[in-house]
Amino acid sequence: MLTHIARRFLQAIPTLWLIATLTFLLLYLAPGGPFDEEKPVAPEIKEQIEAHYGLNLPLHQQYFRFMGNLLHGELGPSYKYAGWNVDEIIRQSFPVSLELGGFALLIALVIGIPIGVFAALRHGRLSESFLMSFAMIGICLPAFVLGPLLLLVFSSALSWFNPLGWSVASDRVLPALTLGLFYAAYIARLSRSGMLDVIQQDYIRTARAKGLTESRIVNIHALRTALYPVVAYLGPAIAGLISGSFVVETIFFIPGLGQFFVNSAFNRDYTLVMGTVLFYAVLILLFNLLVDLLQMWMNPRTRND
Amino acid sequence: MPDCFLRQTTLLLLIAWTAMWDVACAKKATNVERGNASKELYIGLGTEPSGLDPHITTGLTELYVLVAFLEGLATVNAETGAIEPGVAQSWEISEDGLSYTFHFDPKARWSNGDPVTAEDFLFSFERILTPALGAPYAYMLYPMRGAEAFNKGELKDFSKVGAQALNPTTLVIELEQATPYFLSLLTHNTWWPVHPPTILKHGSITDRISKWTKPGNFVGNGPFALESWRLNSSITAQKNPYYRAPETVGLNGIHFLPIEMNAEERAFRAGHLHLTSSVPIHRIDWYRENQPEDIRFDTALGVYYYMLNTTRGALGDPRVRKALAYSINREELTEHVLKAGQQPAYHFTPPNTGGYNTVAQLPHDPELARELLAEAGFPGGEGFPTFELLYNTSESHRTIAVAIQQMWKKELGIDITLYNQEWKAYLSTREAGNFDILRAAWFGDYDDPNTFLSLGETNNGNNHTGWNSPQYDTLLKQAANTLDPEARKAIFQQAEAILLEEMPVIPIYFYVTSKLINQSVHGWYPNILDYHPYQAVTLK
Repeated sequence: MLTHIARRFLQAIPTLWLIATLTFLLLYLAPGGPFDEEKPVAPEIKEQIEAHYGLNLPLHQQYFRFMGNLLHGELGPSYKYAGWNVDEIIRQSFPVSLELGGFALLIALVIGIPIGVFAALRHGRLSESFLMSFAMIGICLPAFVLGPLLLLVFSSALSWFNPLGWSVASDRVLPALTLGLFYAAYIARLSRSGMLDVIQQDYIRTARAKGLTESRIVNIHALRTALYPVVAYLGPAIAGLISGSFVVETIFFIPGLGQFFVNSAFNRDYTLVMGTVLFYAVLILLFNLLVDLLQMWMNPRTRND
Repeated sequence: MPDCFLRQTTLLLLIAWTAMWDVACAKKATNVERGNASKELYIGLGTEPSGLDPHITTGLTELYVLVAFLEGLATVNAETGAIEPGVAQSWEISEDGLSYTFHFDPKARWSNGDPVTAEDFLFSFERILTPALGAPYAYMLYPMRGAEAFNKGELKDFSKVGAQALNPTTLVIELEQATPYFLSLLTHNTWWPVHPPTILKHGSITDRISKWTKPGNFVGNGPFALESWRLNSSITAQKNPYYRAPETVGLNGIHFLPIEMNAEERAFRAGHLHLTSSVPIHRIDWYRENQPEDIRFDTALGVYYYMLNTTRGALGDPRVRKALAYSINREELTEHVLKAGQQPAYHFTPPNTGGYNTVAQLPHDPELARELLAEAGFPGGEGFPTFELLYNTSESHRTIAVAIQQMWKKELGIDITLYNQEWKAYLSTREAGNFDILRAAWFGDYDDPNTFLSLGETNNGNNHTGWNSPQYDTLLKQAANTLDPEARKAIFQQAEAILLEEMPVIPIYFYVTSKLINQSVHGWYPNILDYHPYQAVTLK
């Protein structure tokens, strides 16, 4: 187990290096720079600004400088937000995204798994088609449609929730629903197919033959195996959920990481792009590893691999 | 068989639903209700300011915030727009208009209690002009003697620059040449002071990447002091007890919220904002019909125009350029497409800029346009090359471009292709002059025709048209040296007539600002620079 973890950590190093290098090159190739403005800056002034950030150096020097800083754990100052360091921005906005993502994940699991399991148990009946169409709608409905719809009903019409903001506890509900329902729908489909596979297995038939109650069969024997595909999906899903969502954050005015992720690219805020991309990459690698470990724990057959 | 599973799940969902309902029903007061009680203004910014350093930031959003925290030698009367004493309570101007002596208000203090001195201003001027700081707007100080040379590194000794502290409360500024709009320049953030000990505590005088603007560090001299700042969340200002005239300040605090335009409108409707930065086009009609008292349109000092690349084939012919300009039906655009009260632009400088109104006008005359095009060798648009029109990616720019494309097709029989680029790519294309026709806009930095007409000068950094006219350049230089306001306006009239005759740019419309304002806000007056000192604002 420990060697497995160590190996994965070693594998992560070249992966991260590759991501950093590719991001660096893509940023360099994108037209326009961080200090291009509508009212153009005199060339001699622009040179001075670029000198502050080392952008006047030849490309390979910029690259080594940047990689060197990364190795020291320095993400550098944001180019767009004067006075703010990238790590400061991530530290300030990540907890918000983590909280939002956490709630969304909870919603996704609490709604997704029961729907999927229930649909599988009602295989071939009308209720299954109904639930699965519902899940399909959830997948197809993008956040920028679902968010305003929820707002229209629960904020404008019923006045249950604030239309935006992140100050009181109830502000978490609508954004978490908007973000979570998509994942819930996906998880419903995954758990349904997982469950369908499992309930046809011999050991379930054995359990039935032994006269176990249906709820015991489903909850204890079938569910664990049926959820393998869901667990595999959770790695990238969690990383995606907690690293922020641009759309949901913009609709509900939430100070999370997602807005920086997208806007930094538009602003050519090189250091912030790099910081957020690497941060996201680390999260994905980390959660994929956790999911692998979880799967090992759930499935004795993979434990000795 | 799955009944018990179903029952468990239903129960769970029911509990969740009840909890949600309970939380939701605990009614909270809205920001507006809370703000009216505590005299705190909630104001939408539309976007996150890029910083709070007055010498580095360039945008309107930043100015909107900074005007709460800092104050220059002179300020603007919120209602009349007249120049009023700021840190300087009085000033004398020499007869030749070259020397200004400012006498400081002895009550002027920094938010930590230090007095604001003439030396603080010298430090600030030196800071923004030192080349190493890389202040994009340092040129705003160029009217000061030696400022340009110092900023370009030609002059090394700052004491040679035309600013002198006679004593801690007397500052003399000498100019290169008489600049009639000099006092209005002083209201711009580039001329504002920074607190020297604070700057030096967090870095050197030329440090761009400094922490001095952070809450807890920031020391200002404006009516408000910085309380807190969270990116993409809020900037909070509290009344500054050391402000030189605290009795003039009607608010106890301000909350600046960088909410995106559509969410901002929703926030306003729900009582979470007193004031928005703008109104989405698709909501304008609704407000006009249902809440006309809450929506406000003010003329803005800005022009929307198309830049023509005169080095590109047929566009080098002024007749072609005029044909393109004359065939656009601007009224149709402003009334049916834009709808927020924008004014059709038949000249370049917006009406009443510094009291100047252009006499020369370009006509809407499709007939004449066709004749001009025929004269240039393209009768009925025959043989006219297909040019490309570039705009930065935006739904409203696209709508306007499509409408104009149709007008040109219909009136002149010519085809133009449209393409768009995302903002930074667009800027880079424009900088390289790699376009035929390009959408552009200009907002005045100060209330004077010079801020618009200087765009046509040969060496102006924003003249990407490839067009230049020595006569035009001479006129603008002459205007800069003319003190008599009427004579100056007459020179601007001549310059603008040349611009309209040569037509390197096609003016399309003059901007308006649209805002939603809660009825409890008083003292928020319309003004063309969209410049709002917060002293005048009260909540009732």
